[in-house]
Amino acid sequence: MSFLSPDEAQALTLSLKVAFVAVACTLPPAIGCAWLMARRRFPGKVLLETVILLPLILPPVVTGYALLALFGHQGAIGRVLDALHLSIAFRWTGAALAAGVMAFPLLVVALRSAFESVDRKLEQAAATLGASAWRIFFGITLPLSLRGLVAGLALAFARAFGEFGATITFVSSIPGQTRTLPIALYELLETPGGESGALRLTWVALIVALVATLGAALLLRRTRNTEQVA
Amino acid sequence: MIELDFSLARGEFALQLALHSEARALALFGDSGCGKTSTLYAIAGLLRPTRGRIVLDDRVLFDSQADVDVPVARRALGVVFQDVRLFPHLSVRDNLRYGASRSPDASRFDAAVQLLGLAALLKRKPDQLSGGQARRVAIGRALLSEPAALLLDEPLSNLHREARAEVLEHLRELKRELALTTILVSHQADEVRALADAVALLDDGHLRGVLPIAEFAQEPCVSNARADVAAR
Repeated sequence: MSFLSPDEAQALTLSLKVAFVAVACTLPPAIGCAWLMARRRFPGKVLLETVILLPLILPPVVTGYALLALFGHQGAIGRVLDALHLSIAFRWTGAALAAGVMAFPLLVVALRSAFESVDRKLEQAAATLGASAWRIFFGITLPLSLRGLVAGLALAFARAFGEFGATITFVSSIPGQTRTLPIALYELLETPGGESGALRLTWVALIVALVATLGAALLLRRTRNTEQVA
Repeated sequence: MIELDFSLARGEFALQLALHSEARALALFGDSGCGKTSTLYAIAGLLRPTRGRIVLDDRVLFDSQADVDVPVARRALGVVFQDVRLFPHLSVRDNLRYGASRSPDASRFDAAVQLLGLAALLKRKPDQLSGGQARRVAIGRALLSEPAALLLDEPLSNLHREARAEVLEHLRELKRELALTTILVSHQADEVRALADAVALLDDGHLRGVLPIAEFAQEPCVSNARADVAAR
């Protein structure tokens, strides 16, 4: 990557790694939460909904500070992780956690509305055929929610890739560990003579965003085609 | 053997039934809104009665006193819904296979495909089927789930004349070949005469009587339905 300096290339690969891991790890719990929201009534549902949406509503710095308070070396969970030699504070895994927390509500919102749009009569029909709840979910509900899933993944990936405030507050900026592309960009802007590097990273961010959006659009078109023709 | 003795409430509507029939194929007959489909859904486990008992061929499916309520997926009832409900993202073959997952036996699959004349349709998606074809696939899917009984909700509704004749012929054949306990919801007298051995007459959530099929044609309350048939 001769277009980018080694530091900039490192920031890009780190950001891609953090965003992929963040989205991959948040997907299963997001699917579970979205399904609960779409299909079940239970006490405290509104409260859970609010908690899930919090990272969208709060200033990212507040979310980052909350993560630091919980997962930092002095935090309740952080101390346990330290004892188990699984510390995530000031490591790339911490950056992935911050990105995942910020992307989570976007996935849940997209998946929930996708699940809600699946005709429940089809799920009933599957049950009369003897299908278990798992089989109904993976055979009927999830495939019929594919468009919502792809849209949610694209949004979540973009959010995780661009995460700045929560990340820098929680895990600071350590080259190769937590200095993601947006943080590297910010630091270049703060450094005299860093404008050309900042411009290069801006181009890279733009290209990643375009590729992600185009990829999602193509996938959506394919799912629509298979729904209509096949 | 069909034993239905239960009450059910849906908003303003109240259904109260107490019937016992030894018929192999029982039709629930009445005008729309009389509680036919609610009865069928209660048998399938899709609606929960407020109290009572539902027994099919010595299998207790629901008994409020004994606290029995067999989950839908374990009732082993092949339901053919009025609105068909084929899975839109699956081909005809995969829709049938979804029903057959309990017993993925190729010879059974082939027999059902043959019986219902589905061989040429296997690769199609549900939106590429005519109304009659979709109905036949739905019947095949229900049969392949190896049901202990078949529940048919207006299986000939919304079909044009030829499609109706075609599906009716297949259902007649099923009745001859399989001898499955069948409960049929219908408001069409000719359909009932062709497919049922006995008829439960429903009116506004109440049972007016159970007739053997031979007596059914003479019952005055079917005159409307007969006029409807004559008008076709």
